[in-house]
Amino acid sequence: MVENNKIFQIITNVIMIFLCSFCVFPFLILFSSSITSEMTLVREGYSVLPRDIDWSAYKFLLTGSDSIIRGYIITIAVSVIGTSMNLILTTLFAYPLSRRDLPHRNVFAFIVFFTMLFNGGIVPSYIMWSRYLHISNTYLALILPNLLMSAFYIIMMRTYFQSNIPDAVIEAGRIDGASEIVVLLKVVLPMSKPIIATIALLVGLHYWNDWTNGLYYINQDKYYSIQVLLNRMLQDVQYLMSSAASGNSSELAKDIPSVSLKMAVAVMGAIPVLCIYPFFQKYFVQGIVVGAVKG
Amino acid sequence: MNTATVTERRRQKGRFARRYFRYLPLYLMMVPGMIYLLVNNYIPMTGIIIAFKQVNFRIGILKSPFIGLKNFEFLFRGDAWLITRNTIGYNLVFIIITPIIAISIAILLNELTKKGLKQFYQTVILVPYLISIVVVSYLVYALLSTENGFLNNTILPLFGIKEKIGWYSSPQYWPFILVLTQVWKGFGYSTIIYFATVVGIDQSYYEAASIDGATRWEKVKHVTLPCLKSTVITLTLLSIGRMFYSDFGLFYQVPMNSGPLLDVTNTIDTYVYRGLMQNNNIGMSSAAGVFQSVVGFILVLTANAIVNKVSREDALF
Repeated sequence: MVENNKIFQIITNVIMIFLCSFCVFPFLILFSSSITSEMTLVREGYSVLPRDIDWSAYKFLLTGSDSIIRGYIITIAVSVIGTSMNLILTTLFAYPLSRRDLPHRNVFAFIVFFTMLFNGGIVPSYIMWSRYLHISNTYLALILPNLLMSAFYIIMMRTYFQSNIPDAVIEAGRIDGASEIVVLLKVVLPMSKPIIATIALLVGLHYWNDWTNGLYYINQDKYYSIQVLLNRMLQDVQYLMSSAASGNSSELAKDIPSVSLKMAVAVMGAIPVLCIYPFFQKYFVQGIVVGAVKG
Repeated sequence: MNTATVTERRRQKGRFARRYFRYLPLYLMMVPGMIYLLVNNYIPMTGIIIAFKQVNFRIGILKSPFIGLKNFEFLFRGDAWLITRNTIGYNLVFIIITPIIAISIAILLNELTKKGLKQFYQTVILVPYLISIVVVSYLVYALLSTENGFLNNTILPLFGIKEKIGWYSSPQYWPFILVLTQVWKGFGYSTIIYFATVVGIDQSYYEAASIDGATRWEKVKHVTLPCLKSTVITLTLLSIGRMFYSDFGLFYQVPMNSGPLLDVTNTIDTYVYRGLMQNNNIGMSSAAGVFQSVVGFILVLTANAIVNKVSREDALF
């Protein structure tokens, strides 16, 4: 019996290791290719382990073109501002909804919930944002449409407030003469750090990974976030080179490691998420589980 | 008598006003969010009328003439069948495959005795889920690129295939590639959800089963799987409600918008995008969008109604 269990454990571990390599192996190809010299890549193709080491793609990204740096700054700024605004809007909406004594709260809950069931589709949204609200080619285009607030997180936060913050605590705050906003800031929020961290991470991830807003509303290079830049480069390898070589001779463009460059840009787009994730894994997992079951 | 009713009514009115006044701060808190929902969600819903109009931006949407169902007629005479088939077909495959894989892995994870390893595996399998679909399309490109791709240069020669396959122009491979990509990106997410449910199962069930002499497999069959029923229903219900929607990035970005692949990669979402942004065909594009919204809405309601009948407590609303 014990012997049997040992064998079972080994087999299970083997299966899991196989699955994990299945998850990781494309990233290995991506990274290895980004540090392989252009000559080797053209001759032998992308590979799992680098056959020789050559950082010229990264050198070019950091010195030959300012698109990447600017893309990074835009992405970071948009993610930080967008996530903060999202948290403020979500909290302000979720807290009243969580109050059982609020008159007509079901009406408001329904208004939120209905947006999850039905939507007007991208065509009217696009026409409204671009033709009537004129957000095309502004930084607002990367922040406002769709990502700023989501019914999903409102419901998630409301559920958390309802099940983790006793009515008595809020009542006590009110009796002490604190106004609603003070109760929210001083009593409710300090008790809700886990859900705030969870939602902040998920929203931040959405902002970091978003490329569709850029696809729809932005066509001037100076507003490109890192994902929009990546998207643009996938369709048009020449893009980064033409933007870098503008003004310079085409000599420079010839030396650009175009095959490894592609992979290097993708690595740059993925690495911040991969670096941050392990430290916050708990919150990500919590967010997914709570969201799926209760949202 | 008369004055008494008046004062009584006045008092009631006063109480009524006071009651709302007390809650005024809470209502004010919701104002920014309400404005956002109005602009981002509810105003576009009214934009559904665009599908019934011949839009002319020079005279504005409101004044553009109504053309009835013309846009829909064109849509259904054209690509409606293809894009609906692709959207639903892929979703059906995902709905069937994902839970099978995710539940198997969740159960295996739960059987592991080493805590550290369990944690490690959980962390790694969620990595693909966190990566943007644009980066995923680079990963796929690194594998499939005709000239430099890993498959053409390293894997195929192992099997003695010397000639290079033009993956991005061979539609026959793409149903498989897209399903594999979706599974790669999404199985970690579903596994985590099922795993949370498996971990939450009352240990006494297993102990009772052990006393009865149940084998490992019997425990899975008679304890774990029945306990997962609820989660399976909820998640499947959600996916059925989303059956008319597809991941735009997966079907547009991963095949790199390649023309020869359109037959197997064009879904409602990519069709709407192409009509709106590339072919300047707002009529058909909005008709497809409305088709998606309305059928999607009906699907959610139907799925929920069915679950309401079968097992009430798992229904969404």
